[in-house]
Amino acid sequence: MRYAADVGALTRKDLLLELRARDTLPSMLLFVVAVFVVFHFSLPAKSSDLAATGLLWVAIVFTALLALGRAFVPEREQRVMDALVLAPCDRSAIWLAKSLATLTFLAAAEVVALPLFALFFHGINGATVAGVALADLGICTVGTFVGATAVLTRARELIAPLLFLPLAIPLIIGGVGASVVAAPGRYLGFLALYDLLFALLCWAAFEYVVTE
Amino acid sequence: MGRRHRLPLPALAGASLVLVTTALALVFFVAPNDADQGFSQRIFYFHVSVAFTAYLCFGAGAWKALRHLWKRDPHADLESYVAVHQGVIFGALVLITGSIWARISWGHWWVWSENQLVLFLVLFLFYAAYFMLRFSVEPGPQRANISAVYALFGVVLVPVSFLAIRLSQRLIHPQVFTRHGANFGGWILAAYLVSQAAVLVLAYTLYRVELTGKLLDLRLREMRTL
Repeated sequence: MRYAADVGALTRKDLLLELRARDTLPSMLLFVVAVFVVFHFSLPAKSSDLAATGLLWVAIVFTALLALGRAFVPEREQRVMDALVLAPCDRSAIWLAKSLATLTFLAAAEVVALPLFALFFHGINGATVAGVALADLGICTVGTFVGATAVLTRARELIAPLLFLPLAIPLIIGGVGASVVAAPGRYLGFLALYDLLFALLCWAAFEYVVTE
Repeated sequence: MGRRHRLPLPALAGASLVLVTTALALVFFVAPNDADQGFSQRIFYFHVSVAFTAYLCFGAGAWKALRHLWKRDPHADLESYVAVHQGVIFGALVLITGSIWARISWGHWWVWSENQLVLFLVLFLFYAAYFMLRFSVEPGPQRANISAVYALFGVVLVPVSFLAIRLSQRLIHPQVFTRHGANFGGWILAAYLVSQAAVLVLAYTLYRVELTGKLLDLRLREMRTL
């Protein structure tokens, strides 16, 4: 119960910060629209719908990267992280709360991006939406973890995409598979498996990253 | 300093020299030509041995990482790093030998339908990022922790990526090992087993050489600060 309250308080802090500063979400929205326009012009005139579907996943991952790279920047700038680590709460709550906040931003961006994609390119089916939802979970759990590591390094924003993209390749495969095949069950199952596996791993390992 | 019943380095080096020479002799002069692929199939003995060794190195790196996080083994961090480093070297060799084999078998330097090759590319990218991560954090307990955590991520990524890549395409990799065991016999099996042993012993020797060097370096630095 205590754990849930901690996670709730930390998530609320992040959402409140975003509501007041409006740092992340507007830039994500602008970015995803710009990416769609870039994609339109980078696809040859008579390319198939399948190619556009694949590019949707590129847009989602890159938009998420935008949020993930910034996820722990406020904590670093104000040195909040030290205080959070000292606070008498389970350290994994910090990761879980940040993942939930990032998930909220990403979902909010997608609520705009998916209809826009349907408008610009072609309609999307239920399996794609389910795939996006499942992939979002994986992106946010793993991505937040990577973001927390990245702020501890000298390379900072540079290291997050390098670490995150190889880890996200299975998500892309699952997501693209779910959106293009007729029977997406196996791909959706795979995405759920990925989410579960990496969420457990991040949950267990987060403490070691933020403490010495 | 881990001095528990370890084989001396010169003996290891000698053993790898003998084994590698025997493996080369067996592969090139004793093992018969493949009926289907001819002479070029002989790269298989190295490709598969190196791939298996690379997996083992990544596994060893993760195991040492676990020892670091769990038991706080004082040298486990360095051992984990060295094992991953060897894994990346052998992983690069897998990419190169696989690429050559693909060129001869299918006429292209790179084939996306080759699961193992794609998997090694993903792993190579991940572990390359691991190095960047490790070298952009100040040496100390936090760096050891972070490295250990990502070494563990790596071994979870192996089966997950493998499953994903397998899901994404049909299998056209020659299936040498089936559920009924290896489907070859005689000299081919002998040549494979000897080359596998040779690559494993070579990898272990290289691991020990690098580890010894790194530990010496560490001690030298400690003595300088005294």
